[in-house]
Amino acid sequence: MGTATYIRNEKDAIQEVILESGIRVNPFYGPEDLSRIGFDYSQDLGDPGKFPYTRSIHPLGYRSRNWTTRQYTGFGTPEETNERFKLMIGHGQTGLNVAFDLPTQMGYDSDHPMAEGEVGRVGMAVDSLRDFETAFQGIALDRIGAGLTINAVASVMLAMYQAVAEKAGYSREAISATPQNDILKEIVGRGAWIYPVEPSVRLIGDTIEYSMKELPRCNPVSIAGYHIRESGCTPAQEISYAFTIAFAYIDEVVSRGYRAEDFVGRFTFNLNVFGNLWETVAKFRAARKLWAKLLRERYGVEREKSLFLRGIFGGGGSGMTKQQPENNIVRGAYYALAAALSGAQTTALCSFDEAYTIPTERAALLSLRTFQILMDEIGLRDTVDPLGGSYFIETITREMEDKILEEMEKVEGAGGMIEAVSSGYVQREVARRAYEYEKKLQNGDVIKVGVNKYTEGVDMDVELHEYNEQWAQLQINRLKELKAGRDGRSVDQTLKSLEKAACERKNVMPCLVDCCKAYATVGEMADVFRNVFGEYVEPSIF
Amino acid sequence: MAGRKIRVLLAKPGLDGHDRGAKVVAHALREAGMEVIYTGLHQPVESIVSQAVQEDVDVIGLSIMSGAHVPICRKLMKRMADQGAGDKMVVVGGVIPANDIDELKKIGIRGVFPGGAQFSEIVQFIEREAEGARQQP
Repeated sequence: MGTATYIRNEKDAIQEVILESGIRVNPFYGPEDLSRIGFDYSQDLGDPGKFPYTRSIHPLGYRSRNWTTRQYTGFGTPEETNERFKLMIGHGQTGLNVAFDLPTQMGYDSDHPMAEGEVGRVGMAVDSLRDFETAFQGIALDRIGAGLTINAVASVMLAMYQAVAEKAGYSREAISATPQNDILKEIVGRGAWIYPVEPSVRLIGDTIEYSMKELPRCNPVSIAGYHIRESGCTPAQEISYAFTIAFAYIDEVVSRGYRAEDFVGRFTFNLNVFGNLWETVAKFRAARKLWAKLLRERYGVEREKSLFLRGIFGGGGSGMTKQQPENNIVRGAYYALAAALSGAQTTALCSFDEAYTIPTERAALLSLRTFQILMDEIGLRDTVDPLGGSYFIETITREMEDKILEEMEKVEGAGGMIEAVSSGYVQREVARRAYEYEKKLQNGDVIKVGVNKYTEGVDMDVELHEYNEQWAQLQINRLKELKAGRDGRSVDQTLKSLEKAACERKNVMPCLVDCCKAYATVGEMADVFRNVFGEYVEPSIF
Repeated sequence: MAGRKIRVLLAKPGLDGHDRGAKVVAHALREAGMEVIYTGLHQPVESIVSQAVQEDVDVIGLSIMSGAHVPICRKLMKRMADQGAGDKMVVVGGVIPANDIDELKKIGIRGVFPGGAQFSEIVQFIEREAEGARQQP
């Protein structure tokens, strides 16, 4: 999904092109467009690596550093996941992007009734530190960075990552973890929330504050406009929602007496790549520029590195189709190209079988090869920001900037992101966009090959990633063994301290590390928070 | 159709929180003149069934993306039968591989709409089946 709207005449000639964010595209662009927008090289672009970083955050782009590829990986038991991690690293992948199963994401142990049928299904099951020990066995945690795709209990997983590294003999200064840790986007777009908004944001504040002091190489939050875009918002809204979410987290930490300058350089973003190629490139260029400018203006951030919009740009899941799934291989290659032309620093790509199943080994490898072909064969490393200076790209980059600011104003008008999410404003807006888009797709205003045009073709049989029903039992047995063998007293004590810290609004991270090291389970730690904070109740959005 | 509007309970069972599909279908059914109640996320099967009974709906629509559709549907249908609500129509949408459709039908799921289904297809199916159910004594 995610193509522009085309208005055609009776001869099928294109009369109008309207990008998803509402930008109208002209048949051609020239120098007069640049004068119209008052284009100024040093103000609007600057050289790569120079403020406002529109072209790149690095002066030499991919020449100095190839992008990091982090395919989303994890399923079944920690053993299966460990095997797949090693396979992907063996094939040249340079970072991990850990998928957790839904019970883990929701803070339930594998033996909880709500976990039934879900253990190990969409990611790896993690009940305790023992599972992390298995999953990361034999992986150089001082060299391979790990994205931890978890949100409501991200604080628990960050603590567990520190615990597993320390137990394996790595210092906590040496490890690099990026928990996703973005609860506001979960509430808007992905639904894996547990606690009410206020204490959830406080937990995120705790991880940021703790990382600042104890985990110098960790990026405690990855703001995922990605999932909001997957849920239906436009590219301009994706950036504006991501930025206003980031402001909410910054404000939380600033309210504890820190300067944004001291921690905001650790924020990363997870942003989506699919849809119209030009709009995608304009989106990332505008986003880099705006982020730097807004941090300067709103928070007085001056240090260069703290102004960088860093992150993982990729994915494109909702661009993939169930119909004619082999087409997704081609789509993926174009999305990867878009990511490269946008200056993505880290990337990942949804696999062609993603509309059917979590990726098979073959499909995941194909995605990785797609990136490698681009960088090593096609010439994407040759020069920075190859589209920079194009009349067209510079004009729509500016227009995209305006659209993003417009959407940000709407959120601020609704009282800021926390208020806008609590009232359901953003959820309503996203659901409305999704419905409008779906209608356009069904009536042919937007075209999707193999879906509403060129539908004759082969629907291949997709090889499905096998889910093994026995994983759940295996995991439950192991949990039983763990509980029987651990030191129950130290589990109780550490959980009690955790509860006390949560009640007293102290930073819970040190207590979580202690709980993990005592082999308290994810469910036990999550339940401490459930008891103290309560659970989130969705606003009605219809 | 004479009489009251078709009442639909749209539910997101289990832990999966991807509700774009559910919300989009809710809009579409409403636009087609049905009354739609959306449960919100993370619903245990027991609570979906009791809401269906309480609200006296004609149709239960489940949206499932995680791959756990077979165990969830099996549990739901059993619960429905236990609660004497076995006559209500259940339809399922989401990431459903073709190979599982027969299995779901065997469990008693009336309609299966994998990603990419047209609104018109879903609406017509529900209207036809609900009409049929009402004509039975």
